[in-house]
Amino acid sequence: MALGGTEMFAAAALAILATMALALVRAISGPTVYDRVLAVNMMTTKTTLLIALLGFLAGRPEFLDIALVYALINFVSVIAVLRLFGRRV
Amino acid sequence: MEIALDLLSWALLLVGGFFAIAGGIGVVRLPDFYTRLHASGVTDTGAAYFILAGLMIQGGLSIITVKLVLIGFFMFFSNPTSTYSLAAAAHRSGMAPLDGAGGPNKPEPVEKSLAEPIEPIEPTPTKPGGAPPSQP
Repeated sequence: MALGGTEMFAAAALAILATMALALVRAISGPTVYDRVLAVNMMTTKTTLLIALLGFLAGRPEFLDIALVYALINFVSVIAVLRLFGRRV
Repeated sequence: MEIALDLLSWALLLVGGFFAIAGGIGVVRLPDFYTRLHASGVTDTGAAYFILAGLMIQGGLSIITVKLVLIGFFMFFSNPTSTYSLAAAAHRSGMAPLDGAGGPNKPEPVEKSLAEPIEPIEPTPTKPGGAPPSQP
């Protein structure tokens, strides 16, 4: 890592954090429940990337296991929430 | 060689961050649920794969890269599926996408159009700036 070490990971992590804040705005102000599910889906995808970046940032790539599990939970949660609301509406 | 790989990784991470922020702004500012799906898809593909590629270059040939490839593999299948089921659920619940004029674009019910006799197709005059169909 000749090019300044971990600054590149920090920059990408800051961009991911800004995107998560914007997705949170949509999740709070979404007019329909589908907007909220979309925003939460986007946030969990970004959380996966953020965990992977934090593993590199902290020099502990074992965090990638957690990111892997999170990527799987994300899909299951979206399908589960859609099934719940599809039955109610 | 090390410098070149670091520069490539740096560029990929920056492009991924740009896609992430662009998709986030799109999710907040676009007018409609279906257009917001597009903005979310930008972050799911552009941001995720560019950042994962940048991390793979940093990881080198090791178990780290294998795990990153697995994360990308799961994202490759789960994100389009969840986006599709979101759009299908919203469409099934009666949410109408916007038409060109910004109004709701309600599809005609299938039973009504099948019950009517088939009329010869006439060229309809296009009305510029026509009012969108009113929402009941």
